[in-house]
Amino acid sequence: MTTVAAVARANPALAIGTVILGCVLALAVLAPLVAPYGVADQSILDRLQRPGGKHLLGTDQYGRDLLSRTLFGGRTALLLGLGAVALGLLLGGPIGLASGYAGGRTDEVVMRVVDAFLSFPALLMALMIITALGASTAHALLAIGVANAPGIARIVRSQTLAVKHEEFVLAARAQGDSHAYIMFGEILPNLLPIIVIEASIRVGFAILAGASLSFLGLGVQPPTADWGLMIREARQHIFLSPWPLLCPGVALALTIVGFNLFGDGVRDRLAGRA
Amino acid sequence: MAHYVARRTLSIALVLVLISLIIFVAIHVLPGSAATLILGEYATPESLLALERDMGLDRPLAVQYAAWIGGVVTGDWGYSLAMKQPVTAIVGLRLRNSALLAGFALAAVVLIAIPLGTLAALRRGRWLDLAILTGSYLGISVPEFVTGMVLILVLAGPSLHLFPTGDYAPLAAGLRPWLSHLVLPALTLTVVLLAHVLRQTRSGLVEVLQSAYVRTARLKGATERRVVVRHALRNGLLPAVTVIALDLGYLMGGIVVVEEVFAYPGMGRLILYAIQNRDVPLLQVSILIVAATYTFANFAADMVYAWLDPRIRYR
Repeated sequence: MTTVAAVARANPALAIGTVILGCVLALAVLAPLVAPYGVADQSILDRLQRPGGKHLLGTDQYGRDLLSRTLFGGRTALLLGLGAVALGLLLGGPIGLASGYAGGRTDEVVMRVVDAFLSFPALLMALMIITALGASTAHALLAIGVANAPGIARIVRSQTLAVKHEEFVLAARAQGDSHAYIMFGEILPNLLPIIVIEASIRVGFAILAGASLSFLGLGVQPPTADWGLMIREARQHIFLSPWPLLCPGVALALTIVGFNLFGDGVRDRLAGRA
Repeated sequence: MAHYVARRTLSIALVLVLISLIIFVAIHVLPGSAATLILGEYATPESLLALERDMGLDRPLAVQYAAWIGGVVTGDWGYSLAMKQPVTAIVGLRLRNSALLAGFALAAVVLIAIPLGTLAALRRGRWLDLAILTGSYLGISVPEFVTGMVLILVLAGPSLHLFPTGDYAPLAAGLRPWLSHLVLPALTLTVVLLAHVLRQTRSGLVEVLQSAYVRTARLKGATERRVVVRHALRNGLLPAVTVIALDLGYLMGGIVVVEEVFAYPGMGRLILYAIQNRDVPLLQVSILIVAATYTFANFAADMVYAWLDPRIRYR
């Protein structure tokens, strides 16, 4: 029998990652309950306070409580990261699956196009899409999702190639099942482990990309609480008070460490089955 | 090898054409046409039409693309609307600045990451290995704009003030100011890249050190130094080469963020400037240059890889 303790000992990365992500998720979901102040509450007399006293982690340049804003920022980050990867899976998954399943000329052409997209640095891709659409949270999510799609298509396609000559696929074909059913009913379930691994590794990067866009002023717009945006706003006052930089910075780093550890852990655990 | 190079060159040409198409389509077909982009969303329909006619935006897309790409190939890169000068006159210096920054960062990464990764592999499982691995994990996970600003906070603050907080000094102003402006941005990029290369070097070497030919070399009585340098590193470095190539892609994006943090005048900031000022001709060419650089760098990495590992040439 595998107990939690045994899994944790065999795979410390997964254990630590799960704990970190559990905390981040809980704090983000419960933010309205645990945050000591409202996300937009300003108190002009308490600008750029150090931690302690009325404000546990201090305040920003408008006198807003940093702890509260950091907690609410977690919601934006998770929403952006998870949403963008989900979108990437929805776009890239079917393309990779169909391309690998079809094979031949079709596969060759589709993969050339995917390669061209992959030869584009992801952040540049996102920047271009945002240039055309305008800066907003929704557009940042869309841009990062689209930028993730080609990589996901490539992974799903190579895994489809590995599976499509297995006996259960040949049996389904002999039985006269439709192509759509074979792809989504027979092949897709076999790709799930690899999709879970790929997704858990990509969420951390998607959060990072989202924060980068917000930092550049091209993602989440004020006054929404977002870690990248908080760091952007902290820039002017960095020598007066480092806390507006450090609070969201540490939260961001911790969340990404969590996703990286979790992703590595999941990969080690599922690798045998993938 | 010649056959391999020829085949890869052909595919590079194809990828470059596709990249230019993607850039063009992204800017011209997505909702919000180039004219709206330039005049802003509150422009009157009449002024939009007039500008479209002026810039030839009312022609069929295929004709516009042909005109643009023809210009790029023949050296006419268009006219920057925001800077009021030809794009060719703007890009040169920025490209050199960015290349300098990226070059410094890459050199530092290779000089630090390969020895450290080797050390970690040789001390596998001990505390030094653990410390190096943990450190590199943090390096990957802390975003470059946080790393950069923490570096500014500590090293460029009023108390220490070892380096300037940003901007750039030309070499003509003297070696010291020139270098001191480069240190912090290059260091920021190095911290992030270091982790990737270090981890790959370590895992590549760990695998190779357990192989039969390394055992043979040891049994033959070769010194540990010779075993590591001559036998293990040559094969163990293959994954690191791939990762360096992948990191170049990161570097192209990272440079946008890092140049913004340090107000460093390179390609990254030029792209942001073009976006903020809705300068379509400048934006198109800047992104094309960065993407093409990345493609060529990947090509170079493939060549190094093929040279290190002959099996690849025959695949």
